[in-house]
Amino acid sequence: MSDVVEKTLTALPSLLLSVDSQPGSAKLSTSSKLGSLIRNITELTSKHEEEKLIQRELSSIKDQVSSPNTTMRQMKELMVRAIYCEMLGYDSSFTYIHAIKLAQQGSVLEKRVGYLAVSLFLNEHHELLLLLVNTVLKDLQSTNLIEVCMALTVVSQIFPKDMIPAILPLVEEKLNHPKEIIRRKAVLALYKFHLIAPNQVQHIHNKFRKALCDKDPGVMGASLHIYLHLIQENPEGYKDLTTSFVTILKQVVGGKLPMDFNYHSVPAPWIQIQLLQILSLLGKNDPGTSEIMHEILEESLRRAEMNHNITYAILYECVKCIYTIHPKSDLLEKAAKCIGNFVLSSKINLKYLGLKALTYVVQQDPKLALQHQMTIIECLEHPDLIIKRETLEILFRITNAQNVTVIVEKMLTFLSTSEDDHTTIDLVGKVAELAKKYAPDNEWFIQTMNAVFSLGGETMQPDITNSFLKLLSEGFDSVEEDRKLKVFAVNSYVSLLEGEPEKLPQRFLQVISWVLGEFSHLQQDVGAETVVCLLDKLLHMKNSTSETKTWVLMAMTKVCEGAACAPLVQSVCETYSSSLDTVLRQRAQELQHLSRDPALRARVLPPVCTREPLEVDSSLSFLDEFVSEALAAGAAPYKPSHQRQEELAQTKAVSYEPYQLTLPISTTAHTHTPSLLSISSSLSEGSADLSHKGGSSSLKLEGVKRVWGRGGYEAAQVETPSPPQEGGDPSISHTPPLTSEDTESKQQEQQLASSMFLGLDHSSVTLMGKGDSTPSWLKRKERGQTPLNDAQTFTDPQELTDPSPLHVVSPQFPQSPVIANGTSDTEAALALACLDTNRSSTNQLEDRGLSLYLPAELSGLICSEISVLCSSESLELSACHVHKLRSLEMIVFISNSSDNAVQQIQVQLHSEQLEVSCASESQMEEVKGHSVVVRQYSLRVRKPSVHVELIGTLFHPETPQNVQFTYRLPLSSFIRPLTLSTEEYGTMWLSFSNDTKQNLTLVHSENEGPLRATLNVLTEDLHLHVVEIIGMEAIVACRLLQDQPCLMHCRVHGDALAVWLRSPVPELPDCLIYHCQRALQGH
Amino acid sequence: MIKAILIFNNHGKPRLIRFYQYFPEDMQQQIIRETFHLVSKRDDNVCNFLEGGSLIGGSDYKLIYRHYATLYFVFCVDSSESELGILDLIQVMIYFLVYLLFQVFVETLDKCFENVCELDLIFHMDKVHYILQEVVMGGMVLETNMNEIVAQVELQNRMEKSEGGLSAAPARAVSAVKNMNLPEIPRNINIGDINIKVPSLSPF
Repeated sequence: MSDVVEKTLTALPSLLLSVDSQPGSAKLSTSSKLGSLIRNITELTSKHEEEKLIQRELSSIKDQVSSPNTTMRQMKELMVRAIYCEMLGYDSSFTYIHAIKLAQQGSVLEKRVGYLAVSLFLNEHHELLLLLVNTVLKDLQSTNLIEVCMALTVVSQIFPKDMIPAILPLVEEKLNHPKEIIRRKAVLALYKFHLIAPNQVQHIHNKFRKALCDKDPGVMGASLHIYLHLIQENPEGYKDLTTSFVTILKQVVGGKLPMDFNYHSVPAPWIQIQLLQILSLLGKNDPGTSEIMHEILEESLRRAEMNHNITYAILYECVKCIYTIHPKSDLLEKAAKCIGNFVLSSKINLKYLGLKALTYVVQQDPKLALQHQMTIIECLEHPDLIIKRETLEILFRITNAQNVTVIVEKMLTFLSTSEDDHTTIDLVGKVAELAKKYAPDNEWFIQTMNAVFSLGGETMQPDITNSFLKLLSEGFDSVEEDRKLKVFAVNSYVSLLEGEPEKLPQRFLQVISWVLGEFSHLQQDVGAETVVCLLDKLLHMKNSTSETKTWVLMAMTKVCEGAACAPLVQSVCETYSSSLDTVLRQRAQELQHLSRDPALRARVLPPVCTREPLEVDSSLSFLDEFVSEALAAGAAPYKPSHQRQEELAQTKAVSYEPYQLTLPISTTAHTHTPSLLSISSSLSEGSADLSHKGGSSSLKLEGVKRVWGRGGYEAAQVETPSPPQEGGDPSISHTPPLTSEDTESKQQEQQLASSMFLGLDHSSVTLMGKGDSTPSWLKRKERGQTPLNDAQTFTDPQELTDPSPLHVVSPQFPQSPVIANGTSDTEAALALACLDTNRSSTNQLEDRGLSLYLPAELSGLICSEISVLCSSESLELSACHVHKLRSLEMIVFISNSSDNAVQQIQVQLHSEQLEVSCASESQMEEVKGHSVVVRQYSLRVRKPSVHVELIGTLFHPETPQNVQFTYRLPLSSFIRPLTLSTEEYGTMWLSFSNDTKQNLTLVHSENEGPLRATLNVLTEDLHLHVVEIIGMEAIVACRLLQDQPCLMHCRVHGDALAVWLRSPVPELPDCLIYHCQRALQGH
Repeated sequence: MIKAILIFNNHGKPRLIRFYQYFPEDMQQQIIRETFHLVSKRDDNVCNFLEGGSLIGGSDYKLIYRHYATLYFVFCVDSSESELGILDLIQVMIYFLVYLLFQVFVETLDKCFENVCELDLIFHMDKVHYILQEVVMGGMVLETNMNEIVAQVELQNRMEKSEGGLSAAPARAVSAVKNMNLPEIPRNINIGDINIKVPSLSPF
């Protein structure tokens, strides 16, 4: 900053102390009421006095604004005072309406204050803004430039969304205004509209392009804001503008802009920064577009000589851009050099940005971190916490199995000094993640996690503790290793509790009590009574929350065994069974009962060694009987909560759950991200989870070879030899001779460096998220997540590419009569696919001889058994239904067994759920003796239900009574496959609001995985179309005649198939689920 | 995007506050307090950036600040803003502030340029806001013609004067500003000639 300004501002404190002695201030202060107010406030010493003074001030303002004699000019002055009070945090809402009035009625200067006050006081949702709309409209049309400017400014600051249409045409018009300042403000106002109501400015995107080509750089710069935003949302849509942006940047960099836009002789630096940001968005993952910008980036790098702050800003943006777009080697080299300049700079701000750039780059180019290792080490000891944090961020990204101990140690040291909550939460999460991934051995892992828990305190993310406990309980496949880990954990916790448990955070105490409860029996040296004693101590601590106490009581329940701990347990039970906290009381009761009754205890909590993996019936089939009884008794069928809510809302709800099929579930296994695809019915959520656990333990039993810790440790030993020397050597050889003391400290630093940058050598890079040599821990976790071993074959890509055998038209049947008859291929496919299953019925049909009467165009299609509907004297009615691709045809055979012809026979069909249309025109039929007449009806579903029923009446002129009959057919006859792509499926899925979730039993087959086998059964019986199978999931589609789609999502979940159906028809998903269950029961 | 501009003094007393994103009144005061708390405990020789507060927008939020004499100038921005760019914007802002206050003062005080004080920021709060509107509009940094803003300030003062019936010529102010010779301030401000040349951006 300049000397003069510095001097100016440093003179301020002295001024503050002697306000009166300075003529200028004295004059000013006395000249206005604001002045005296401010002066009075500065003289006050306590907050309380200030409050009193402001209240007095506010009440005097209140009196004056409401007095009719106050002129606009006085009002203006009052408004400034009100703004001041508001800034100090006092409520002056009574002036809001007057601010609007001032903007409405004042002269230009008063208007200006009015608008300013409005924009400071009100927000977009304030109701008073409605009153401003007219004023804005008027001012937009004004001939006074200043008024138009003010109106545009206020519009871009605060304007209610629903009022945009009122002024949009006027603002749009201003884009063509001769004055650039108006054009610029209009562009910004439109940008604001685009932010709050994008659909309303959809039509003026062309005008944005015009603004981009405006001859005034200010207007062009304003339009860049819009483009930056638009491109962020949709980079694909603006690729064609790349050349334009490059050209603009070229002109800016080349100094083609007027000198007025120079800042420290750098041409329009903020426009340059913005253009570089836009280019990096456009060039990301796009080699073609990146190609266009290489030249200008190089030029920018060259032009931006290191002479001023602002050129560094441009350079930094340039470097970021170069590393974001498709890489080009010589540019990368230059950018890396640039980063080096930043990192090595003596200016602390530049160093910070250099570190930031390194963090950004280090995953692409770990060698760069190696180059700057000494600087990084220095920065670790930097007095500025922000620099330190950024350094740790770099270290976090370069951590691997070999340097993890050093880096985690550094992080923990930092944590112990950090006071900022945000930093602590962030860093604790990172340490936990590193420990989980790269832990070299058991002791280290447990100790690190202990540190994490005690430093993280209560602010820690809960999933850290959860995943830690899960890891411990799942353990390893090697019994010995597993035991060691748990015993070590128990030992360390016992010693912690023997120390000063008061200092440990509650979360940690909860973890400790769980671990002790679960595993303390593994450690023979520590008796149950010792553990109970230690736990009891926790109960007596003052700061224990009731949640912690609950954990402790549960742990006691698990541990208390034998007579030794009985008295203590007894007293604990007595204390807590009268607790006001119901949960605590419940736990105390449990403890009491279980500790008294060893037999019951043995049943409820069997010793671990005899524990069998839990078999969980996730479909809750044991309740089926109960449910059907309840339904029979008139109970309403269960509806999932979401469906109930939807019905309550009575509106067509928008679905908020995006359907992302590409989400790779198994790769996110190591963190606890809630997957959008985890679809198990909300009803059996808990049990499904248990079954999952059961699944993973069965995996364990199969003896998958997986050694955590030991393996990682060994791997480290194998990989260690060369990297440290490579990492450390160059810096050693290049260091100039130093004094002995210096060398010592230097050597220490180098030692640190060589251990920290271990394994960062490019040949054995094991960065997070990349590299195959990630230690066993991560892999183990992933494996653990896959519930069923045999199901893993699905992830095999070969399996996926295998043509699905579900419904392939085999080329051997071209002479099929169906095709000869002119029906489509797909229909033939459908027929063929189902031919096998229906063969028996076809035979039967032939037996009866009636099938001969089937209309020719229906032969070869799937046909149900012909069943007798009714008979009356010599007449007999039979019926069957035939599946056509686009309809379901019902065929009624009227056979006359007598010799005489029967005339005027009429068959009427009607149904609540179906629409029936008859193919033949005439209602009456004449059936000759010993002959059969065929009537064909096509059926359409009006209202889906599990079974649909047709009620028919046979009118027979010769009998007085009409004969009634019913014909029942399952809804599945109306289901047809729906062929569509995954993308179409995705969009359709989102648009449907009626859904059902259910768990189905899996079909196991010898030659296929359970998912495929189950799907085969379903597709065979229900004519579904499998859209895609992804790993353990499949998406299936079908439609109900006519054209009512139903989509199904299946996922293998433990021993069950979790299916989720969606359809635009409310009843359809439930009906389909029923038929799926039926189909699977048969197998 | 810039979310807020806060100017407060060494004791945390707000001097100028502008929010570009809506926060309720009590939340605003809390943000001011927390920001002051964060900024005031930092030495002058550490970097000018702070990251990861919890109040505005969570992790996608940084503070960029400068400390001059008794005043802290703090910009709360999201991650899309360039740190150094904002840092220089603060510089520009301070330049305009000084220029504005200077203009006002030269008329009232003869050569007492040093007397610009912290409180003058509040005395001319409205004017400061107008300048701010030209540099940062709706949270967007505007690359503007510096001359244009200077012209705005002049115009504004002229209007005030004509209204107040003052006829003092700002000639002395102009010459004083011209000779300010501030090393870190744009040199090419040309107050006498506020004609804005038509830029020669060729069409593309």
